[in-house]
Amino acid sequence: MNKVQVMGTGSYVPPKVVTNNDLSCIVDTSDEWISSRTGIKERRISEGENTSDMASKAALKAIENAGIKAEDIDLIIVGTATPDSFFPSTACIVQSNIKAVNATCFDISAACSGFIYGLDVATQFIRTGSSKTVLVIGAETLSKIINWEDRNTCVLFGDGASAAILKSSDVEGILSIYRGSDGSKGKALVSYAIPVKNPYVSKEFLDKQLDVAIKMDGREVFKFAVKIITQGVEKLLEDANCSLEDIKYIVPHQANCRIIESAAKRLGVSEEKFYLNLSRFGNTSAASVGIALDDMVQQNLLQRGDKILLIGFGGGLTYGGLIIEW
Amino acid sequence: MAFEKIKRIMAEQLGLSESDITMDTSFEELGVDSLDLFQIIIEIEEEFSVQIEDAESIKTVGEAVRFVEDRVEE
Repeated sequence: MNKVQVMGTGSYVPPKVVTNNDLSCIVDTSDEWISSRTGIKERRISEGENTSDMASKAALKAIENAGIKAEDIDLIIVGTATPDSFFPSTACIVQSNIKAVNATCFDISAACSGFIYGLDVATQFIRTGSSKTVLVIGAETLSKIINWEDRNTCVLFGDGASAAILKSSDVEGILSIYRGSDGSKGKALVSYAIPVKNPYVSKEFLDKQLDVAIKMDGREVFKFAVKIITQGVEKLLEDANCSLEDIKYIVPHQANCRIIESAAKRLGVSEEKFYLNLSRFGNTSAASVGIALDDMVQQNLLQRGDKILLIGFGGGLTYGGLIIEW
Repeated sequence: MAFEKIKRIMAEQLGLSESDITMDTSFEELGVDSLDLFQIIIEIEEEFSVQIEDAESIKTVGEAVRFVEDRVEE
């Protein structure tokens, strides 16, 4: 089997900053409430850019960072729950924007685990020899599916996109992979798509249909997230034959600092081990892990040979992780 | 004893001393926010292998203890 390395990263967030104080002007909330319960101070919100716009910008940065050309890419995978359109896929729109003329393109739907699943799928394609150079993107315009009158959810989310280039290599950069789903708990975190509506559907049926706004059972999701981080870290370390001391940073899905606090306690590790930037971007769903990763790269926090552990969890319920040797 | 274990869980979670926690102590008076409550409930569920469906109805330490003791007897 071929070996896989992460060769470049990129990210893009919209310029508009919305602080907790800004939000307190439109819903009944406060900076103190939001910060203490989530760790979020501000987030970026699109003023019109859609998912493919942000995805394309992040992709171009990753391509430059990896020192490749768009036509070198043979596969584009976009993890998103908020595509511009059901078809063409976000990946196809990105292909057109960046002129990746040799790529096969598709989106994957795994909510906040989208980028992690994307890295996983890319790894399998490269290992089997089906692809050599893969562009993986996590991109979301969550502001489109938030109920801006629900103070419990509108404070949590932000918009953004991130990308990574994975290439076939002589050196193994993916040391272990963790993945799973639990569809039985799917109702804990939902955003409903188009309801069934046609000339044969009754009005009573239509009146019962729910809208697209994110609906979340906070407690179930919290419980699930803490369990996944704990189990996932243990499994990933076991499969990679590493210990926590070997891992420079754990890069979790950036949902809520209280989840991280709880997981860190269970793992017996300091919270400092977790790289967090959710204070600046909020929860950007599929984009979050990649935005954190690119952030670390931009700050020169990673040297060749460093091991990092990515772990994500989200609607589905879905979950996954990887240990990457940089 | 359920009370001792629950006291320990809460003290650890909230950074309090166990002597601050009695059967009558309410979560509200301890200034527990909804996420602290999630964390405490999760620990209690795991410690006693129970499922607490209606966490909102448990307002005091005593209610949590009684809930657990009822379930564990079954």
